[in-house]
Amino acid sequence: MKGLTRWTKRDKEPAHEGFEQMEALDPVLKQALSEFKASVHAWSDAEFHRPRTATNTVAHRTWRLAAGWSLAVILLAGTGSTGVYEHHQRQVAAQAAAAREAERQREMAAEKARQQEQWEEEMLASVDTAVSRAVPSAMDPLVQVADESETKR
Amino acid sequence: MTVKADENAADEFSRVVASHRQQIFRFLLASTRDADLAETLTQECFLKAHRNWASFRGDSSAMTWLMRIAINLQKDHWRNRRLQFWRQTRTNSVDVDEASEWLPSGERTQEQKLLARERVSQVWRAVEGLSERQRTVFVLRYVEEMELSEIAQATGLSEGTVKAHLSRALGKVRTELGGAR
Repeated sequence: MKGLTRWTKRDKEPAHEGFEQMEALDPVLKQALSEFKASVHAWSDAEFHRPRTATNTVAHRTWRLAAGWSLAVILLAGTGSTGVYEHHQRQVAAQAAAAREAERQREMAAEKARQQEQWEEEMLASVDTAVSRAVPSAMDPLVQVADESETKR
Repeated sequence: MTVKADENAADEFSRVVASHRQQIFRFLLASTRDADLAETLTQECFLKAHRNWASFRGDSSAMTWLMRIAINLQKDHWRNRRLQFWRQTRTNSVDVDEASEWLPSGERTQEQKLLARERVSQVWRAVEGLSERQRTVFVLRYVEEMELSEIAQATGLSEGTVKAHLSRALGKVRTELGGAR
């Protein structure tokens, strides 16, 4: 039968010997069972009339509760501080990276300015050269006249 | 009128507690070998019985009804212990030898006491090796001396099943005793 559980199936098996026969036919078993019963009764009577206090259990429970909470708080604090530390480290790294980037940008700008300046200087120099070459030589006598009138005065 | 009925029910329940508390405690002590646990479960048993006292119809005796509650509480306790494995694993159960120390004081010689203690110890060892159901049936029969029909009612098993459990349990006890004979 599929519906039967395992232990019910086992219970359906015929026992080799009935418990009544075992009780009746085995005097040692009978005596042992009687002594067992007497022993349990004696123990139970003693324990039943023994005064009990719940203080110890409560104290243990309180102590366990306190220890559990402390551990939880420590774990939470540890997790929290690790998170804060990680966040701080990331901020520092981001700031350092930003500073490095700014420095690189500044250097690039300086280099560009330097190149611009150099280009301008070169251009002015070439203009100067070109202009000086274009000064008309016909003006030279006028310059001399101006110099002479200056010396006469 | 209702107040009077409530008072009667309370008185009746108090009488039931007074007459059966020790027996329930003894059954739980024999099943768990832990006096503190037995005391706790006994209190829970009567608390549960008090809550459900109004629904007790008297189909079985009050003792059988209380025993059924005690058996279920015991089962629930062990099931919870297995599930809550992270909780305190230590138990206050005494070992077999300590449990065998208890013998009624009678007119016996020292040798007889020693032999009796040895036999009780052997029975405890056999009981330790029984399944939960076999142990319950064994304790109800040989400690509480309940009738087969009462055991069947308390455990929810058929009488045939109770007999089969008792046969197997006694077979194991006999084997344990035979080892020392």
